Amino acid sequence: MNEILFALAGTYPNIYYAAPLIIVISLVYGATRHENLAEIIEHAVRSLVWVLCFLGTILAVVWLSGFFN
Amino acid sequence: MLVSRYGKTCVVVVTMSTSSGFCWSFETIKLLHIMPEIVYPQDKGDPVVVNLGNPYIAALLAWLVPGAGHFYQRRFAKGLLFMVCVLATYFVGLGLGHGRVVYASTRPNDFRWQYPFFQLHTGLVALPAIVQAYKTKDGDDPYWVLCDRFPGDYSNESLRFQRITDDNRPATMPKETLKDGFMAPPPGQVDLDNTDALGRWHFDYKHFFELGTLYTMVAGVLNLLAVYDAFCGPAILTPEQRERMESKKAK
Repeated sequence: MNEILFALAGTYPNIYYAAPLIIVISLVYGATRHENLAEIIEHAVRSLVWVLCFLGTILAVVWLSGFFN
Repeated sequence: MLVSRYGKTCVVVVTMSTSSGFCWSFETIKLLHIMPEIVYPQDKGDPVVVNLGNPYIAALLAWLVPGAGHFYQRRFAKGLLFMVCVLATYFVGLGLGHGRVVYASTRPNDFRWQYPFFQLHTGLVALPAIVQAYKTKDGDDPYWVLCDRFPGDYSNESLRFQRITDDNRPATMPKETLKDGFMAPPPGQVDLDNTDALGRWHFDYKHFFELGTLYTMVAGVLNLLAVYDAFCGPAILTPEQRERMESKKAK
């Protein structure tokens, strides 16, 4: 899987541009749900993990679909 | 729900649901023109108290300058967080698009829907696009010219992004040039069948034009969330709401 991720990042370096967006979206969304900074960051980390898992699932589906060509 | 007032300050204690709590705070704002203070009971420790000040002023400030509404409400940490996140996203996007991805245009073949629906909501930093659109609407040159362009297939690509003056202007170049402006619409006509300035932007900046557009759009949407937070306060779950959600999940 690591090889796939490295290959993906090497072939499509633009994928890195998603990282700052995911981070700021998680932070701002967390800030609309909490008032204390510690809780905001905790929520943001949870959102970040959720988004990464979601995108990872899509990546896995696309990767697996390649075997059925 | 408990509602009590202390002098000019209204305390809205949200115990039923967030939506009904917000309804109460909207009503009290409308009817009494008072400054609401929302108290969110917590499972442990002291309740969270949020003083919204005048929410209309806070929302306006938050829209104009990301985070300013929260500074007005003396919620400095959140204000700083919103300011850094929104402005950094916006300026990174603007940089990726070389200052051209935020522009206002309703011309034929170039209705820039990204601007009114998304980018505009970053506030003051997006407003120069309106000034530029107004300046260039009758074919005038924009303010803050970034470079000269020239219609047709002029071969000297190295000059395409330089300011061209009478000193360095090649003899073969037409005297009249089109001028790219900072946050200005693409100069000249937008022609779907032939080369135009907008097509050149996409060709020259490649995916960065789209990435810059996306970043600036996201910045606008994030600032709308900040405006909501300044106007209504955070959507904190009360213990009752959390219990209800957990019981729903269990079912």
